[in-house]
Amino acid sequence: MRNVYLDYSATTPVKDEVLQEMIPYFTQNFGNPSSLYTPGLTAKEGLAEARRRVASLIGAEPGEIYFTSCGTEADNWVLEAIADKMKDKGRHIITSKIEHHAILHTCKYLEKFGFDVTYLDVDEEGFVQPEALKDAMRDDTVLVSIMAVNNEIGTVQPIKELAAIAKAGGAYFHTDTVQAVGNIPIDVRELGVDFLSMSAHKIYGPKGVGALYKRKGIQMPNFMHGGAQENKKRAGTENTAGIVGFGKAAEIAGRDLEEHRAHSSELREYLWEQIKDRIPEIKLNGPADFSRRHPGNLNVSFSYVEGESVLLLLDMKGISVSTGSACSSKSLATSHVLDAIGVPPAKSNGAIRFTVGDFTTKEDIDYTVECLTEVITKLRELSPVNDAKGW
Amino acid sequence: MALYNDTVMDHFLNPHNVGEIENPDGKGIYGSPVCGDMMMVTLSVDENEVITDAKFKTYGCGSAIASSSMATDMIKGMKVEEALEVSNEKIVEELGGLPAIKIHCSVLAEHAIKNAIYDYAQTHGKTYAGLEGYVPNTDPDEDDEEEGFEEEQFSDEKK
Ligand SMILES: Cc1ncc(COP(=O)(O)O)c(C=O)c1O
Repeated sequence: MRNVYLDYSATTPVKDEVLQEMIPYFTQNFGNPSSLYTPGLTAKEGLAEARRRVASLIGAEPGEIYFTSCGTEADNWVLEAIADKMKDKGRHIITSKIEHHAILHTCKYLEKFGFDVTYLDVDEEGFVQPEALKDAMRDDTVLVSIMAVNNEIGTVQPIKELAAIAKAGGAYFHTDTVQAVGNIPIDVRELGVDFLSMSAHKIYGPKGVGALYKRKGIQMPNFMHGGAQENKKRAGTENTAGIVGFGKAAEIAGRDLEEHRAHSSELREYLWEQIKDRIPEIKLNGPADFSRRHPGNLNVSFSYVEGESVLLLLDMKGISVSTGSACSSKSLATSHVLDAIGVPPAKSNGAIRFTVGDFTTKEDIDYTVECLTEVITKLRELSPVNDAKGW
Repeated sequence: MALYNDTVMDHFLNPHNVGEIENPDGKGIYGSPVCGDMMMVTLSVDENEVITDAKFKTYGCGSAIASSSMATDMIKGMKVEEALEVSNEKIVEELGGLPAIKIHCSVLAEHAIKNAIYDYAQTHGKTYAGLEGYVPNTDPDEDDEEEGFEEEQFSDEKK
Protein backbone atom coordinates (compact mmCIF):
# COMPACT_ATOMS: atom_id res chain seq x y z
CA MET A 1 0.00 0.00 0.00
CA ARG A 2 1.08 3.52 -0.74
CA ASN A 3 1.84 5.73 2.26
CA VAL A 4 0.95 9.36 1.90
CA TYR A 5 1.69 11.67 4.79
CA LEU A 6 -0.29 14.89 4.56
CA ASP A 7 0.04 16.21 8.08
CA TYR A 8 3.25 18.23 7.96
CA SER A 9 1.76 20.79 10.34
CA ALA A 10 1.44 18.11 13.01
CA THR A 11 5.06 17.13 12.64
CA THR A 12 7.65 16.39 9.97
CA PRO A 13 10.07 13.55 9.37
CA VAL A 14 13.69 14.30 10.31
CA LYS A 15 15.68 14.94 7.15
CA ASP A 16 18.62 12.66 6.58
CA GLU A 17 21.10 15.56 6.52
CA VAL A 18 19.75 16.53 9.94
CA LEU A 19 19.95 13.02 11.35
CA GLN A 20 23.53 12.60 10.14
CA GLU A 21 24.60 15.70 12.05
CA MET A 22 22.83 14.51 15.18
CA ILE A 23 24.21 10.98 15.41
CA PRO A 24 27.74 11.81 16.61
CA TYR A 25 26.23 13.78 19.49
CA PHE A 26 24.67 10.62 20.88
CA THR A 27 27.86 8.61 20.64
CA GLN A 28 31.28 10.30 20.23
CA ASN A 29 30.36 13.86 21.22
CA PHE A 30 28.29 12.81 24.18
CA GLY A 31 30.06 15.03 26.68
CA ASN A 32 28.16 17.37 28.95
CA PRO A 33 28.42 20.84 27.40
CA SER A 34 29.06 22.27 30.87
CA SER A 35 32.19 20.16 31.38
CA LEU A 36 35.54 21.83 30.95
CA TYR A 37 37.48 19.02 29.29
CA THR A 38 37.64 18.45 25.54
CA PRO A 39 34.54 16.23 25.08
CA GLY A 40 32.49 18.83 26.96
CA LEU A 41 33.89 21.64 24.84
CA THR A 42 33.14 19.73 21.66
CA ALA A 43 29.53 19.36 22.70
CA LYS A 44 29.46 23.02 23.68
CA GLU A 45 30.70 24.03 20.25
CA GLY A 46 27.88 21.94 18.73
CA LEU A 47 25.39 24.00 20.69
CA ALA A 48 27.06 27.26 19.66
CA GLU A 49 26.89 26.35 15.99
CA ALA A 50 23.23 25.38 16.33
CA ARG A 51 22.51 28.68 18.05
CA ARG A 52 24.15 30.61 15.20
CA ARG A 53 22.10 28.70 12.64
CA VAL A 54 18.76 29.13 14.41
CA ALA A 55 19.50 32.82 14.98
CA SER A 56 20.39 33.26 11.34
CA LEU A 57 17.07 31.74 10.21
CA ILE A 58 15.15 34.55 11.94
CA GLY A 59 17.64 37.38 11.58
CA ALA A 60 18.58 37.38 15.26
CA GLU A 61 21.90 37.31 17.11
CA PRO A 62 22.97 33.96 18.59
CA GLY A 63 22.86 35.48 22.09
CA GLU A 64 19.14 36.10 21.66
CA ILE A 65 18.28 32.42 21.23
CA TYR A 66 17.37 30.22 24.23
CA PHE A 67 16.84 26.56 23.55
CA THR A 68 13.85 24.92 25.23
CA SER A 69 12.30 21.47 25.27
CA CYS A 70 9.60 22.39 22.72
CA GLY A 71 7.55 25.18 21.23
CA THR A 72 5.05 24.82 24.04
CA GLU A 73 7.74 25.56 26.63
CA ALA A 74 8.79 28.70 24.79
CA ASP A 75 5.15 29.89 24.76
CA ASN A 76 4.64 29.09 28.45
CA TRP A 77 7.91 30.69 29.41
CA VAL A 78 7.38 34.04 27.78
CA LEU A 79 3.81 34.44 28.97
CA GLU A 80 4.49 33.45 32.55
CA ALA A 81 7.76 35.34 32.76
CA ILE A 82 6.38 38.59 31.40
CA ALA A 83 3.35 38.27 33.65
CA ASP A 84 5.65 37.80 36.62
CA LYS A 85 7.96 40.61 35.63
CA MET A 86 5.20 43.11 34.90
CA LYS A 87 2.59 42.19 37.49
CA ASP A 88 3.06 45.40 39.44
CA LYS A 89 2.89 47.58 36.33
CA GLY A 90 -0.15 46.02 34.67
CA ARG A 91 -2.09 42.83 34.39
CA HIS A 92 -3.63 42.95 30.97
CA ILE A 93 -2.61 40.59 28.17
CA ILE A 94 -3.98 40.55 24.64
CA THR A 95 -4.02 37.50 22.40
CA SER A 96 -6.36 36.06 19.76
CA LYS A 97 -9.10 33.46 19.83
CA ILE A 98 -7.25 31.24 17.37
CA GLU A 99 -3.94 30.77 19.17
CA HIS A 100 -2.54 27.32 19.86
CA HIS A 101 -3.50 25.84 23.22
CA ALA A 102 0.10 26.41 24.37
CA ILE A 103 -0.87 30.11 24.47
CA LEU A 104 -4.58 29.89 25.30
CA HIS A 105 -4.24 27.50 28.21
CA THR A 106 -1.33 29.50 29.62
CA CYS A 107 -3.49 32.62 29.44
CA LYS A 108 -6.27 30.79 31.29
CA TYR A 109 -3.70 29.84 33.91
CA LEU A 110 -2.60 33.46 34.29
CA GLU A 111 -6.22 34.54 34.75
CA LYS A 112 -6.13 32.61 38.03
CA PHE A 113 -3.48 35.05 39.23
CA GLY A 114 -5.53 38.11 38.50
CA PHE A 115 -4.50 38.69 34.91
CA ASP A 116 -7.12 40.01 32.57
CA VAL A 117 -6.81 38.53 29.10
CA THR A 118 -8.48 39.90 25.97
CA TYR A 119 -9.00 37.24 23.30
CA LEU A 120 -9.32 39.15 20.05
CA ASP A 121 -11.90 38.09 17.50
CA VAL A 122 -10.69 37.28 14.02
CA ASP A 123 -12.48 37.71 10.72
CA GLU A 124 -13.99 34.84 8.72
CA GLU A 125 -10.59 33.98 7.25
CA GLY A 126 -8.83 34.11 10.60
CA PHE A 127 -7.17 37.52 10.34
CA VAL A 128 -6.67 39.64 13.44
CA GLN A 129 -7.78 43.17 12.63
CA PRO A 130 -5.11 45.75 13.54
CA GLU A 131 -7.90 48.16 14.46
CA ALA A 132 -9.26 45.63 16.95
CA LEU A 133 -5.84 45.39 18.59
CA LYS A 134 -5.60 49.19 18.77
CA ASP A 135 -8.99 49.34 20.46
CA ALA A 136 -8.08 46.61 22.92
CA MET A 137 -4.83 48.26 24.07
CA ARG A 138 -5.02 49.73 27.58
CA ASP A 139 -2.66 51.51 29.92
CA ASP A 140 -2.14 48.29 31.85
CA THR A 141 -1.51 46.11 28.76
CA VAL A 142 1.86 44.47 29.30
CA LEU A 143 2.00 41.84 26.57
CA VAL A 144 0.45 41.10 23.20
CA SER A 145 0.87 37.59 21.79
CA ILE A 146 -0.34 36.79 18.28
CA MET A 147 0.71 33.73 16.27
CA ALA A 148 2.36 34.40 12.91
CA VAL A 149 0.70 31.47 11.11
CA ASN A 150 -2.30 29.51 12.34
CA ASN A 151 -1.82 25.76 12.59
CA GLU A 152 -5.32 24.77 11.45
CA ILE A 153 -6.28 27.16 8.70
CA GLY A 154 -2.87 28.59 7.78
CA THR A 155 -3.75 32.28 8.13
CA VAL A 156 -0.63 34.49 7.96
CA GLN A 157 -1.10 37.45 10.32
CA PRO A 158 0.16 40.99 9.65
CA ILE A 159 2.71 40.64 12.46
CA LYS A 160 4.74 43.74 11.63
CA GLU A 161 1.69 45.95 11.86
CA LEU A 162 0.43 44.27 15.03
CA ALA A 163 3.83 44.46 16.72
CA ALA A 164 4.02 48.19 15.96
CA ILE A 165 0.65 48.75 17.62
CA ALA A 166 1.73 46.86 20.74
CA LYS A 167 4.98 48.82 20.87
CA ALA A 168 3.22 52.15 20.44
CA GLY A 169 1.05 51.18 23.39
CA GLY A 170 4.06 50.31 25.54
CA ALA A 171 3.51 46.55 25.60
CA TYR A 172 5.86 43.71 24.73
CA PHE A 173 5.03 41.75 21.60
CA HIS A 174 5.42 37.98 21.30
CA THR A 175 4.66 35.83 18.30
CA ASP A 176 4.35 32.05 18.09
CA THR A 177 6.10 31.18 14.83
CA VAL A 178 6.02 27.39 15.26
CA GLN A 179 4.09 27.07 11.98
CA ALA A 180 5.72 30.06 10.34
CA VAL A 181 9.48 29.56 10.41
CA GLY A 182 10.63 27.60 7.43
CA ASN A 183 7.34 28.35 5.67
CA ILE A 184 7.33 32.13 5.36
CA PRO A 185 10.24 34.56 5.66
CA ILE A 186 10.68 35.63 9.29
CA ASP A 187 13.05 38.39 10.37
CA VAL A 188 12.78 39.60 13.94
CA ARG A 189 14.20 43.06 13.23
CA GLU A 190 11.99 43.59 10.21
CA LEU A 191 8.93 42.43 12.17
CA GLY A 192 9.89 44.34 15.30
CA VAL A 193 8.97 41.59 17.74
CA ASP A 194 10.35 41.21 21.26
CA PHE A 195 9.83 37.48 21.66
CA LEU A 196 9.25 34.62 19.29
CA SER A 197 8.68 30.87 19.79
CA MET A 198 9.70 28.09 17.46
CA SER A 199 9.91 24.32 17.35
CA ALA A 200 12.31 21.97 15.57
CA HIS A 201 9.92 19.15 14.69
CA LYS A 202 7.85 21.29 12.33
CA ILE A 203 10.88 22.05 10.15
CA TYR A 204 12.27 18.54 9.59
CA GLY A 205 14.18 18.55 12.86
CA PRO A 206 13.72 16.31 15.90
CA LYS A 207 10.85 16.39 18.40
CA GLY A 208 11.42 17.76 21.87
CA VAL A 209 13.45 20.85 20.94
CA GLY A 210 12.29 24.41 20.64
CA ALA A 211 13.61 27.89 21.14
CA LEU A 212 12.60 31.25 22.46
CA TYR A 213 13.98 34.38 20.86
CA LYS A 214 14.29 37.19 23.39
CA ARG A 215 15.32 40.57 22.08
CA LYS A 216 18.64 41.57 23.61
CA GLY A 217 18.41 43.87 26.58
CA ILE A 218 15.07 42.61 27.89
CA GLN A 219 15.31 41.15 31.39
CA MET A 220 13.04 38.28 32.17
CA PRO A 221 12.70 35.65 34.94
CA ASN A 222 13.59 32.02 34.41
CA PHE A 223 11.07 29.28 33.78
CA MET A 224 13.32 26.35 34.59
CA HIS A 225 15.49 26.87 37.68
CA GLY A 226 18.75 25.08 38.33
CA GLY A 227 22.10 25.07 36.58
CA ALA A 228 23.72 27.79 34.54
CA GLN A 229 22.79 26.52 31.09
CA GLU A 230 21.47 28.83 28.37
CA ASN A 231 23.17 31.89 29.78
CA LYS A 232 21.64 31.07 33.19
CA LYS A 233 18.16 31.55 31.77
CA ARG A 234 17.04 27.97 31.19
CA ALA A 235 18.43 25.31 33.47
CA GLY A 236 18.83 21.65 32.61
CA THR A 237 21.50 19.73 30.75
CA GLU A 238 21.01 20.52 27.10
CA ASN A 239 19.48 18.08 24.61
CA THR A 240 22.69 18.36 22.62
CA ALA A 241 21.85 16.03 19.75
CA GLY A 242 18.37 17.51 19.46
CA ILE A 243 19.65 21.06 19.46
CA VAL A 244 22.30 20.22 16.87
CA GLY A 245 19.52 18.70 14.76
CA PHE A 246 17.42 21.83 15.20
CA GLY A 247 20.40 23.90 14.03
CA LYS A 248 20.86 21.83 10.90
CA ALA A 249 17.12 21.88 10.17
CA ALA A 250 17.13 25.67 10.57
CA GLU A 251 20.06 25.99 8.19
CA ILE A 252 18.28 23.91 5.56
CA ALA A 253 15.01 25.76 6.11
CA GLY A 254 16.72 29.08 5.44
CA ARG A 255 18.74 27.78 2.51
CA ASP A 256 15.80 26.10 0.76
CA LEU A 257 12.98 28.41 1.81
CA GLU A 258 11.96 29.54 -1.66
CA GLU A 259 12.17 26.06 -3.12
CA HIS A 260 10.15 24.65 -0.21
CA ARG A 261 7.50 27.34 -0.59
CA ALA A 262 7.19 26.85 -4.32
CA HIS A 263 6.96 23.06 -4.04
CA SER A 264 4.42 23.15 -1.22
CA SER A 265 2.15 25.78 -2.68
CA GLU A 266 2.14 24.16 -6.10
CA LEU A 267 1.00 20.83 -4.66
CA ARG A 268 -1.43 22.46 -2.25
CA GLU A 269 -3.05 24.36 -5.12
CA TYR A 270 -3.16 21.21 -7.21
CA LEU A 271 -4.82 19.33 -4.32
CA TRP A 272 -7.43 22.06 -3.93
CA GLU A 273 -8.17 22.20 -7.66
CA GLN A 274 -8.60 18.43 -7.79
CA ILE A 275 -10.84 18.30 -4.72
CA LYS A 276 -12.98 21.14 -6.07
CA ASP A 277 -13.34 19.34 -9.39
CA ARG A 278 -14.20 15.98 -7.96
CA ILE A 279 -16.18 16.50 -4.80
CA PRO A 280 -19.32 18.65 -4.52
CA GLU A 281 -20.59 20.44 -1.42
CA ILE A 282 -17.34 21.44 0.17
CA LYS A 283 -16.14 24.61 1.80
CA LEU A 284 -12.64 26.03 2.06
CA ASN A 285 -11.77 27.16 5.60
CA GLY A 286 -9.23 29.95 5.99
CA PRO A 287 -7.89 32.52 3.54
CA ALA A 288 -9.13 32.21 -0.04
CA ASP A 289 -6.09 34.24 -1.12
CA PHE A 290 -3.47 31.50 -0.95
CA SER A 291 -0.64 34.02 -0.81
CA ARG A 292 -1.82 34.90 2.70
CA ARG A 293 -1.78 31.32 3.83
CA HIS A 294 0.79 28.73 5.01
CA PRO A 295 2.17 27.35 1.70
CA GLY A 296 1.28 23.73 2.48
CA ASN A 297 -2.04 24.18 4.30
CA LEU A 298 -5.48 23.29 3.01
CA ASN A 299 -8.52 23.00 5.29
CA VAL A 300 -11.77 21.81 3.78
CA SER A 301 -15.20 21.01 5.22
CA PHE A 302 -17.05 18.16 3.55
CA SER A 303 -20.80 18.45 4.12
CA TYR A 304 -22.80 15.54 5.56
CA VAL A 305 -19.82 13.58 6.86
CA GLU A 306 -17.91 13.62 10.12
CA GLY A 307 -14.16 14.18 10.18
CA GLU A 308 -12.97 11.22 12.22
CA SER A 309 -14.62 8.70 9.92
CA VAL A 310 -12.94 10.40 6.95
CA LEU A 311 -9.60 10.29 8.77
CA LEU A 312 -9.97 6.59 9.61
CA LEU A 313 -11.01 5.54 6.13
CA LEU A 314 -8.13 7.47 4.60
CA ASP A 315 -5.80 5.89 7.15
CA MET A 316 -6.94 2.47 5.90
CA LYS A 317 -5.59 3.58 2.53
CA GLY A 318 -2.28 4.72 3.99
CA ILE A 319 -3.12 8.43 3.94
CA SER A 320 -2.54 10.58 7.04
CA VAL A 321 -4.56 13.76 7.47
CA SER A 322 -6.01 15.47 10.51
CA THR A 323 -9.33 16.78 11.68
CA GLY A 324 -9.08 20.33 12.94
CA SER A 325 -5.99 20.40 15.09
CA ALA A 326 -3.90 17.22 15.21
CA CYS A 327 -4.06 16.73 18.93
CA SER A 328 -7.83 17.17 19.02
CA SER A 329 -8.70 14.24 16.76
CA LYS A 330 -9.83 12.23 19.75
CA SER A 331 -11.67 14.94 21.58
CA LEU A 332 -15.29 15.76 21.13
CA ALA A 333 -15.08 19.52 21.14
CA THR A 334 -15.32 21.38 17.85
CA SER A 335 -12.21 23.25 16.80
CA HIS A 336 -11.87 26.60 18.59
CA VAL A 337 -10.29 28.00 15.43
CA LEU A 338 -13.16 27.01 13.15
CA ASP A 339 -15.61 28.28 15.78
CA ALA A 340 -13.80 31.61 15.86
CA ILE A 341 -14.02 32.08 12.08
CA GLY A 342 -17.74 31.32 12.22
CA VAL A 343 -17.82 27.84 10.69
CA PRO A 344 -21.08 26.27 11.96
CA PRO A 345 -20.60 23.06 14.00
CA ALA A 346 -22.20 20.85 11.34
CA LYS A 347 -19.52 22.05 8.92
CA SER A 348 -16.58 22.11 11.32
CA ASN A 349 -17.30 18.50 12.31
CA GLY A 350 -16.57 17.59 8.70
CA ALA A 351 -13.38 19.62 8.38
CA ILE A 352 -10.14 17.98 7.27
CA ARG A 353 -6.71 19.59 7.36
CA PHE A 354 -4.22 18.55 4.71
CA THR A 355 -0.65 19.83 4.89
CA VAL A 356 1.80 18.99 2.16
CA GLY A 357 5.56 19.22 2.58
CA ASP A 358 8.95 18.53 1.06
CA PHE A 359 8.42 14.82 0.49
CA THR A 360 4.96 15.12 -1.03
CA THR A 361 4.71 14.31 -4.74
CA LYS A 362 2.10 14.95 -7.41
CA GLU A 363 1.38 11.20 -7.47
CA ASP A 364 0.63 11.39 -3.74
CA ILE A 365 -1.96 14.05 -4.44
CA ASP A 366 -3.52 12.08 -7.30
CA TYR A 367 -3.79 9.00 -5.09
CA THR A 368 -5.21 11.06 -2.21
CA VAL A 369 -7.89 12.69 -4.34
CA GLU A 370 -8.84 9.29 -5.75
CA CYS A 371 -9.23 7.79 -2.27
CA LEU A 372 -10.84 10.89 -0.82
CA THR A 373 -13.52 10.93 -3.49
CA GLU A 374 -14.30 7.30 -2.75
CA VAL A 375 -14.35 7.83 1.02
CA ILE A 376 -16.58 10.90 0.92
CA THR A 377 -19.00 9.15 -1.45
CA LYS A 378 -19.16 6.11 0.80
CA LEU A 379 -19.75 8.14 3.96
CA ARG A 380 -22.34 10.33 2.28
CA GLU A 381 -24.25 7.20 1.26
CA LEU A 382 -24.13 6.13 4.88
CA SER A 383 -25.22 9.52 6.16
CA PRO A 384 -28.80 10.37 7.09
CA VAL A 385 -27.99 14.02 6.58
CA ASN A 386 -28.56 15.81 3.33
CA ASP A 387 -29.30 19.25 2.14
CA ALA A 388 -33.03 18.59 1.88
CA LYS A 389 -33.10 18.43 5.66
CA GLY A 390 -31.57 21.86 5.82
CA TRP A 391 -28.28 21.13 7.57
CA MET B 1 -1.94 -0.28 16.05
CA ALA B 2 -5.39 1.11 15.58
CA LEU B 3 -7.70 3.48 17.33
CA TYR B 4 -10.32 0.72 17.68
CA ASN B 5 -10.30 -3.06 18.11
CA ASP B 6 -10.81 -5.42 15.15
CA THR B 7 -14.53 -5.94 15.71
CA VAL B 8 -15.18 -2.21 15.79
CA MET B 9 -13.01 -1.63 12.74
CA ASP B 10 -14.79 -4.41 10.88
CA HIS B 11 -18.22 -2.94 11.58
CA PHE B 12 -16.95 0.53 10.69
CA LEU B 13 -15.33 -0.51 7.42
CA ASN B 14 -18.07 -2.90 6.32
CA PRO B 15 -21.16 -1.80 8.19
CA HIS B 16 -24.15 -4.17 8.16
CA ASN B 17 -27.75 -3.03 7.60
CA VAL B 18 -27.02 0.25 5.88
CA GLY B 19 -29.98 1.94 4.26
CA GLU B 20 -33.55 2.93 4.81
CA ILE B 21 -36.56 0.57 4.75
CA GLU B 22 -39.39 1.77 2.55
CA ASN B 23 -42.67 2.07 4.43
CA PRO B 24 -41.11 1.07 7.74
CA ASP B 25 -43.18 0.03 10.73
CA GLY B 26 -41.09 2.28 12.90
CA LYS B 27 -38.60 5.07 12.30
CA GLY B 28 -36.37 6.85 14.78
CA ILE B 29 -33.83 9.63 14.55
CA TYR B 30 -31.40 10.70 17.22
CA GLY B 31 -28.71 13.37 17.30
CA SER B 32 -27.77 15.97 14.72
CA PRO B 33 -24.68 16.95 12.75
CA VAL B 34 -24.37 19.93 15.07
CA CYS B 35 -23.60 17.62 17.99
CA GLY B 36 -21.26 15.52 15.90
CA ASP B 37 -23.39 12.44 15.39
CA MET B 38 -26.82 11.47 14.13
CA MET B 39 -28.52 8.16 13.44
CA MET B 40 -31.69 7.19 11.64
CA VAL B 41 -33.16 3.72 12.18
CA THR B 42 -36.02 2.12 10.26
CA LEU B 43 -37.66 -1.13 11.38
CA SER B 44 -39.91 -3.82 9.92
CA VAL B 45 -41.95 -5.57 12.59
CA ASP B 46 -44.16 -8.60 11.93
CA GLU B 47 -47.53 -9.49 13.49
CA ASN B 48 -45.78 -11.37 16.30
CA GLU B 49 -43.95 -8.19 17.24
CA VAL B 50 -40.66 -9.57 16.03
CA ILE B 51 -38.21 -7.19 14.37
CA THR B 52 -37.69 -8.81 10.98
CA ASP B 53 -35.47 -6.11 9.54
CA ALA B 54 -33.57 -3.06 10.70
CA LYS B 55 -31.62 -0.55 8.68
CA PHE B 56 -29.67 2.52 9.60
CA LYS B 57 -27.96 5.60 8.29
CA THR B 58 -25.44 7.31 10.52
CA TYR B 59 -23.45 10.51 10.47
CA GLY B 60 -20.61 10.29 12.94
CA CYS B 61 -17.24 8.98 13.95
CA GLY B 62 -15.96 5.43 13.56
CA SER B 63 -17.51 4.22 16.79
CA ALA B 64 -20.90 5.80 16.00
CA ILE B 65 -21.00 3.91 12.70
CA ALA B 66 -19.74 0.66 14.22
CA SER B 67 -22.27 0.87 17.08
CA SER B 68 -25.08 1.48 14.58
CA SER B 69 -24.06 -1.59 12.61
CA MET B 70 -23.72 -3.77 15.70
CA ALA B 71 -26.93 -2.57 17.32
CA THR B 72 -29.05 -3.19 14.23
CA ASP B 73 -27.48 -6.67 13.96
CA MET B 74 -28.43 -7.32 17.58
CA ILE B 75 -32.08 -6.33 17.33
CA LYS B 76 -32.83 -8.19 14.13
CA GLY B 77 -34.91 -11.24 15.10
CA MET B 78 -35.63 -9.91 18.57
CA LYS B 79 -39.07 -9.31 19.99
CA VAL B 80 -39.73 -5.59 20.30
CA GLU B 81 -39.74 -5.95 24.08
CA GLU B 82 -36.29 -7.50 24.07
CA ALA B 83 -34.97 -4.85 21.72
CA LEU B 84 -35.95 -2.20 24.24
CA GLU B 85 -33.42 -3.75 26.57
CA VAL B 86 -30.51 -3.32 24.22
CA SER B 87 -28.54 -0.75 26.16
CA ASN B 88 -25.41 1.05 25.11
CA GLU B 89 -23.48 -1.08 27.62
CA LYS B 90 -24.61 -4.21 25.76
CA ILE B 91 -23.67 -2.72 22.40
CA VAL B 92 -20.22 -1.80 23.70
CA GLU B 93 -19.81 -5.28 25.16
CA GLU B 94 -20.67 -6.92 21.82
CA LEU B 95 -18.17 -4.63 20.13
CA GLY B 96 -15.49 -5.83 22.53
CA GLY B 97 -15.12 -2.39 24.08
CA LEU B 98 -14.70 1.19 22.94
CA PRO B 99 -12.18 3.81 24.04
CA ALA B 100 -13.51 5.64 27.11
CA ILE B 101 -14.12 8.92 25.31
CA LYS B 102 -16.14 7.09 22.66
CA ILE B 103 -18.62 5.31 24.90
CA HIS B 104 -21.14 8.08 24.35
CA CYS B 105 -21.26 7.23 20.64
CA SER B 106 -22.95 3.93 21.40
CA VAL B 107 -25.70 5.79 23.26
CA LEU B 108 -26.68 7.14 19.87
CA ALA B 109 -27.76 3.69 18.68
CA GLU B 110 -29.64 2.88 21.86
CA HIS B 111 -31.65 6.10 21.60
CA ALA B 112 -32.31 5.92 17.87
CA ILE B 113 -33.63 2.37 18.26
CA LYS B 114 -35.79 3.38 21.18
CA ASN B 115 -37.18 6.25 19.15
CA ALA B 116 -37.97 3.90 16.27
CA ILE B 117 -39.75 1.49 18.60
CA TYR B 118 -41.65 4.38 20.14
CA ASP B 119 -42.77 5.35 16.65
CA TYR B 120 -43.82 1.74 15.98
CA ALA B 121 -45.77 1.59 19.26
CA GLN B 122 -47.51 4.88 18.52
CA THR B 123 -48.50 3.99 14.98
CA HIS B 124 -49.52 0.43 15.81
CA GLY B 125 -51.31 1.10 19.09
CA LYS B 126 -48.90 -0.94 21.24
CA THR B 127 -47.71 -0.36 24.76
CA TYR B 128 -44.50 -1.69 26.27
CA ALA B 129 -43.23 -1.62 29.82
CA GLY B 130 -39.85 -0.52 28.47
CA LEU B 131 -41.41 2.60 26.99
CA GLU B 132 -43.34 3.67 30.04
CA GLY B 133 -42.91 7.37 30.59
CA TYR B 134 -40.53 7.55 27.62
CA VAL B 135 -40.44 10.85 25.85
CA PRO B 136 -38.59 10.62 22.56
CA ASN B 137 -35.80 13.10 22.53
CA THR B 138 -33.69 13.79 19.52
CA ASP B 139 -31.34 16.20 21.19
CA PRO B 140 -28.37 14.55 22.90
CA ASP B 141 -27.42 17.79 24.64
CA GLU B 142 -30.26 17.17 27.05
CA ASP B 143 -28.90 13.80 28.06
CA ASP B 144 -25.72 15.00 29.65
CA GLU B 145 -23.73 11.99 28.49
CA GLU B 146 -20.59 13.89 27.77
CA GLU B 147 -19.89 14.65 31.39
CA GLY B 148 -16.42 13.74 32.56
CA PHE B 149 -14.97 12.80 29.19
CA GLU B 150 -12.29 15.43 29.38
CA GLU B 151 -10.84 13.67 32.41
CA GLU B 152 -10.74 10.28 30.76
CA GLN B 153 -9.05 11.47 27.64
CA PHE B 154 -5.84 9.57 28.22
CA SER B 155 -7.26 6.33 29.57
CA ASP B 156 -7.79 4.87 26.10
CA GLU B 157 -4.29 5.44 24.88
CA LYS B 158 -2.73 2.05 24.34
CA LYS B 159 0.46 3.15 22.60
C1 LIG C 1 1.19 27.18 16.49
C2 LIG C 1 1.80 26.16 17.40
N1 LIG C 1 2.34 26.54 18.56
C3 LIG C 1 2.91 25.66 19.39
C4 LIG C 1 2.97 24.32 19.09
C5 LIG C 1 3.61 23.39 20.05
O1 LIG C 1 4.89 23.04 19.65
P1 LIG C 1 5.63 21.79 20.33
O2 LIG C 1 4.96 20.59 19.77
O3 LIG C 1 7.05 21.89 19.95
O4 LIG C 1 5.42 21.92 21.79
C6 LIG C 1 2.41 23.88 17.89
C7 LIG C 1 2.42 22.43 17.55
O5 LIG C 1 1.41 21.84 17.21
C8 LIG C 1 1.82 24.82 17.02
O6 LIG C 1 1.28 24.43 15.86
